[in-house]
Amino acid sequence: MNRRMKSNGALTGRMLLRAVGDSFRKLAPSTQWKNPVMFVVYIAAILTLVFYFSALKGASDTDPDFILAISLLLWFTVLFADFAEAIAEGRGKAQADSLRRAKRNILAHKLDRPDFEARSVDVDSERLILGDFVLVLAGEQVPADGDVVVGAASVDESAITGESAPVIREAGGDRSAVTGGTTVLSDRLVVRVSSMPGDSFLDRMIAMVEGASRQKTPNEIALQILLVALTIIFLVVCATLLPYSVFAVAQLGRGAWVSVTSLVALLVCLAPTTIGALLSSIGIAGMSRLNQANVLAMSGRAIEAAGDVDVLLLDKTGTITLGNRQATAFLPLDGVEERELADVAQLSSLADETPEGRSIVVLAKEEFNIRARTLGQSSIVFVPFTAQTRMSGVDIDGRRIRKGASEAVRRFVEEQGGAMDAQCQRIVESIARSGGTPLVVARDAEILGVIHLKDIVKHGVKERFEDLRKMGIKTIMITGDNPMTAAAIAAESGVDDFLAEATPESKLAMIREYQRKGHLVAMTGDGTNDAPALAQADVAVAMNTGTQAAKEAGNMVDLDSNPTKLIDIVRIGKQLLMTRGALTTFSIANDVSKYFAIIPPLFLGIYPALGALNVMGLHSPQSAILSAVIYNALIIVALIPLALKGVKYREVPAAVLLKRNLLLYGVGGLIAPFLAIKAIDLLLVAFGLA
Amino acid sequence: MNIRKTLVRSLLMLLVLTLLCGVLYTLAVTGVAQLFFPRQANGSIIQKNGTAVGSSLIGQNFTDPGYFWGRPSATADYPYNVLASAGSNLSVTSGDEAAAVQARIAYLRDADPGNEAAVPVDLVTASASGMDPDISVAGALYQAGRVARARGLAADSLAKLVAEHTQGRFLGIFGEERVNVLELNIALDALARQ
Amino acid sequence: MTNLILQSVLFVVLVVLLAWPLGRYLWKVMEGRKTWTSGIFVPVERLVHRLARIDPEEEMDWKQYLAAVGIFSAVCFLAVFALQLLQNLLPLNPQGMSGLSWHLALNTAVSFVTNTNWQSYSGETTMSYLTQMLGLAVQNFVSAAVGLAVLFALIRGFTRASMKTIGNFWQDLVRGIVHILLPLSFVLAILLVSQGVVQNFGDYQQVSVLQPFVSNGTTIASQTLPMGPAASQIAIKQLGTNGGGFFGVNSAHPFENPTPFSNLLEMLSILLLPFACCFAFGYAVRQKRQGLALLAAMLVIFVACLAFALYFEQSAGNMEGKETRFGIVDSSLWAVTTTAASNGSVNAMHDSFTPLGGLVLLVLMQLGEVVGGGVGSGLYGMIAFALMAVFIAGLMVGRTPEYLGKKIEPWEMRMAVLVILGPTLTVLLGTALAAVYPGTSAALANTGAHGFSEILYAFSSAANNNGSAFAGLNANSVFYDVALAVSMLVGRFVPIAATLGIAGSLAGKKLVPVSAGTLSTNNLLFVGLLIFVVLILGALSFFPALALGPVAEQLSRIR
Repeated sequence: MNRRMKSNGALTGRMLLRAVGDSFRKLAPSTQWKNPVMFVVYIAAILTLVFYFSALKGASDTDPDFILAISLLLWFTVLFADFAEAIAEGRGKAQADSLRRAKRNILAHKLDRPDFEARSVDVDSERLILGDFVLVLAGEQVPADGDVVVGAASVDESAITGESAPVIREAGGDRSAVTGGTTVLSDRLVVRVSSMPGDSFLDRMIAMVEGASRQKTPNEIALQILLVALTIIFLVVCATLLPYSVFAVAQLGRGAWVSVTSLVALLVCLAPTTIGALLSSIGIAGMSRLNQANVLAMSGRAIEAAGDVDVLLLDKTGTITLGNRQATAFLPLDGVEERELADVAQLSSLADETPEGRSIVVLAKEEFNIRARTLGQSSIVFVPFTAQTRMSGVDIDGRRIRKGASEAVRRFVEEQGGAMDAQCQRIVESIARSGGTPLVVARDAEILGVIHLKDIVKHGVKERFEDLRKMGIKTIMITGDNPMTAAAIAAESGVDDFLAEATPESKLAMIREYQRKGHLVAMTGDGTNDAPALAQADVAVAMNTGTQAAKEAGNMVDLDSNPTKLIDIVRIGKQLLMTRGALTTFSIANDVSKYFAIIPPLFLGIYPALGALNVMGLHSPQSAILSAVIYNALIIVALIPLALKGVKYREVPAAVLLKRNLLLYGVGGLIAPFLAIKAIDLLLVAFGLA
Repeated sequence: MNIRKTLVRSLLMLLVLTLLCGVLYTLAVTGVAQLFFPRQANGSIIQKNGTAVGSSLIGQNFTDPGYFWGRPSATADYPYNVLASAGSNLSVTSGDEAAAVQARIAYLRDADPGNEAAVPVDLVTASASGMDPDISVAGALYQAGRVARARGLAADSLAKLVAEHTQGRFLGIFGEERVNVLELNIALDALARQ
Repeated sequence: MTNLILQSVLFVVLVVLLAWPLGRYLWKVMEGRKTWTSGIFVPVERLVHRLARIDPEEEMDWKQYLAAVGIFSAVCFLAVFALQLLQNLLPLNPQGMSGLSWHLALNTAVSFVTNTNWQSYSGETTMSYLTQMLGLAVQNFVSAAVGLAVLFALIRGFTRASMKTIGNFWQDLVRGIVHILLPLSFVLAILLVSQGVVQNFGDYQQVSVLQPFVSNGTTIASQTLPMGPAASQIAIKQLGTNGGGFFGVNSAHPFENPTPFSNLLEMLSILLLPFACCFAFGYAVRQKRQGLALLAAMLVIFVACLAFALYFEQSAGNMEGKETRFGIVDSSLWAVTTTAASNGSVNAMHDSFTPLGGLVLLVLMQLGEVVGGGVGSGLYGMIAFALMAVFIAGLMVGRTPEYLGKKIEPWEMRMAVLVILGPTLTVLLGTALAAVYPGTSAALANTGAHGFSEILYAFSSAANNNGSAFAGLNANSVFYDVALAVSMLVGRFVPIAATLGIAGSLAGKKLVPVSAGTLSTNNLLFVGLLIFVVLILGALSFFPALALGPVAEQLSRIR
């Protein structure tokens, strides 16, 4: 599954070629201007070119060939930076192209009321507006995002999700959302359009993966400020060296002013070009990694926030436990036959399509051979489960059969004058203590017994939560179970805390409480009633299978609808920040060696004694400067893979991470360029270029 | 934010603080100082026969071979010009400083032929204030032979005098051992009179 | 050698031991808590408020706070400026000093208001007693107290959550002066007098010299000894990291610093309050270790610089421009202390230090005066560096950075960058301007690389509000007076404005709770990182300039 999305992970030759072309296109000043650090290099490249031409006419302080070499190297530096960005964008573009193929203008059957029988007019899908009703027949594409208001159908959503198996979309409930560009395979639907033209899910998705709507995140802006500040410092450092050298020459009465070309070279080497060139690629690549995980972020801000999240609200079902709780036993109260309990339980579950409901039907069949009945009677009314009542059942022949959480059922029987006796309490508690879920079965005011539903904790989650704890992330299990059940599963799975008998309101309240204390909260949700909590959470991942309301409220959509994804999202967010930090440190640390390379040749004419600072023993003044500039350009290309892939992330405490990264990128950044510049110098000499 | 109001408050505040820190504080310190440390507060003046012959803290220029000489002084117009207090401010890598040091060494050697001891550094480098009242013990002992000859005194009586006038380090730790040149020379005059 | 180490170690230990309890006291006073001195000083504080018609309970947001600092400083400037121009018409002028030139008065007024105390003049030949005590001494108190006030406004940014205001400037100002600076100065002044520092209002004294001598045909038979209320001013110039001497050669003058004991007292006073601020910070944010971490970073740089300076001076046996009673050790110790803190008083002539010894002093100032630094200002400068360190480190552990529970976002970065950028750019640009300004070399005492160092030192000192000088530079000219005044203003008020900007923004933020994912800012790793950030930013900014100055001088010397 997910072939389409995943296949974009690898770089293809075509993408490389396109990126090379894009690098040149990005040379337009309007594009360059957006990246202040690289803009300085851009201006420097133009300047040196001007110097070269004036040098050809004889007006120069340096050898024209040297100026040309520097100028070319600076142009390459600019191109390498453009290339880094283009290659990062390339993946998104490829993805956007295939999405665009799904977004075609088609004729939509616009209805004047939500009814299959209503009069329809064919209009261009582009012209549909919010609130229109459209009819979609089998084999047709859904013309716009919307909610199914009438009918049910199987829909092929592979254009969006990459998932080839069709899904059911039906009116009402949590599976009512359809996305423009998907195809109805069978049956027909009436859809209420929920987006304006140009603002559909597909439109936004294309914009996001293309990076077109990519806005700089606060953290990126803060880093940009630091980089610009450094650039300003170095600009002034280099600019002031000219008057300093003028002064020195005047004082000594000998020597020559520093060459402006060398100063420009020094400036480019000192400016944090490495991180400046890769900064936007890192951001785009982070988004792209998220896309590869089949998660669609509605803003870059959300990914960054994901790195900061320190409270994860995880739905128990599917994330912590295997999706399905299984009924394992019928425990009747005194005076009730086990078979009778099984019979009533089965009856109450016939219309219950949840895995639990089905497992009750299965257990009843296995143990007592009670088969599914055809319920032809007209007096049967199914009562579906709601988050408020927390019960489901049937009303049959005037008798009300219910099963549900013990508190809910107790309220139900007490309303009718019944009561929950001590024995029932005991059974409920003992099941709950064992981590199971007790489902109390009642018929009118009488409680018949308890169904034991067992939860199975997923393999490996405990270790996962342990890792998260080390990272300082608190995991909170959200469950509709009663507190005791929840506690048992919480203990078994190793989460830090749990919210039992969760309702949309209590979830929202919990998120607010954590936020009030300064935490950043992430959660997943799919239902319409999750929407308020999703809107409140800092990182809110809506399941693609979820309702339109949930998707609107979230800031990410998980196309796989996999609740464990949250943990991957956090990892990607952290990796994004770490990559920025590591390359910034590396870039700054590099400057030390560049000083040692460039300062001695710069002042050779004034203070030959400063040659003592040429600790690398570089061949000649020109080769020293060239080597530093070449290193400065090449390091950008060398680090593109790291920028795209992100630095290695491990789930360890902050101090350990910091120590490791400081050693690798800080100390490494101090030492590596000494070796590299020396090596480049040796090569230049070997090839007779210097 | 009312700028006018802040301006008025600033003025008032400055006035009050000037009264407090400028007037009251200065007067209080002066009062206590004059009460408890009148000699020190008024310049540590040395009286000789009822006339002030200097301050024990301010060095004087000595050129007579019969006196101990103090540190070289780089003050403007003439050495130990108290109101032009200054150091040489010469870079120690500059030829000027080296030349000055060489000249002083030569001068000391000339004035004391036969003294082959190493010249203590404080006798050939300009002090910071240009009126350093002290020289090092080595600096004093280096000159003892010359002074003794000029005064016709025994060299070891001068060594004793230097030892008597040697001020130790504070708590034996801070600062340097030193000899106050003016006080030493006054004592020298007294010794010579005996 | 043993004595060298003993003096250095004892000095550092003593200053830290004294700063600790003072830091606790400082914190209590600035937070308005009761201390053992409250009974005496709180009534004085109230009286000052009443006389100045100030409601100390009125809270200010950061812009109001900044406006108060700015307007008050402007008023102070005008007062000192006018006092100097008019001193010949005013009383307490026994030597009949004339009014100053506009540019010298401008430079000096800016210098004292900005806590720099750069002096293009010699006090004993320029300033009347009235100017010294009402103008300069008062600004010594006030400018130090402004630094303290701004620091505590910043601290409130950390301790408050979801609030708009950061305290009341007037209250902070008065508390710093009444509870801390005045009593400490009083005690120190008396101790200094006991050592021989003068304190009187008498005329300069004429004394006959023991041995009259002839110089250029004139017989010199007497000495004129300068007098004045020196001790009271010297006490606060040391404690308030001002550094402006009563006399021209500052604490090398025997009347300003007569004995090794007075020298020790004055040295301790230089670093006492800057270090106490670190302790106060720890107490204020309820995590003593946070203050200790910043102090540790300062101490490591301090000790390293001290070791280098001592090594360079001692191995050269360099007594040029040093006083006998202090010797090489106390002179180097003082020089490092006074440049680590933004004090700038001297007991030896820095111009005559060895090239590399002088380099250490230059570097200490160029790091932004954060190794101790000014009273208050040193710590808020260091906190700006800590924000940088936290930012980079935060990224490297995959979190948007936070410091003391406050998220560091674009606004804070912008402001922190300004704190550092302001002085740094001023040094570089000012030096460049002076280097090509016509006739500039006439002001230099030395030529070549050392001449360049003199200019670089002047602007490093002014823009970082230190005030010490390579005194060979004759800076009393229109160009230097004005250029250095501008440098001092930028170096003082850009960081103040930015710091208050940070304070205002932080105070409005929520506190982020600590978790295992939070980067600890009180362990050795962070201290190391902070040192690294301070050093690398300094090194990258000034490496070329230093190469052309002291490094070139050292490498080209002929010996």
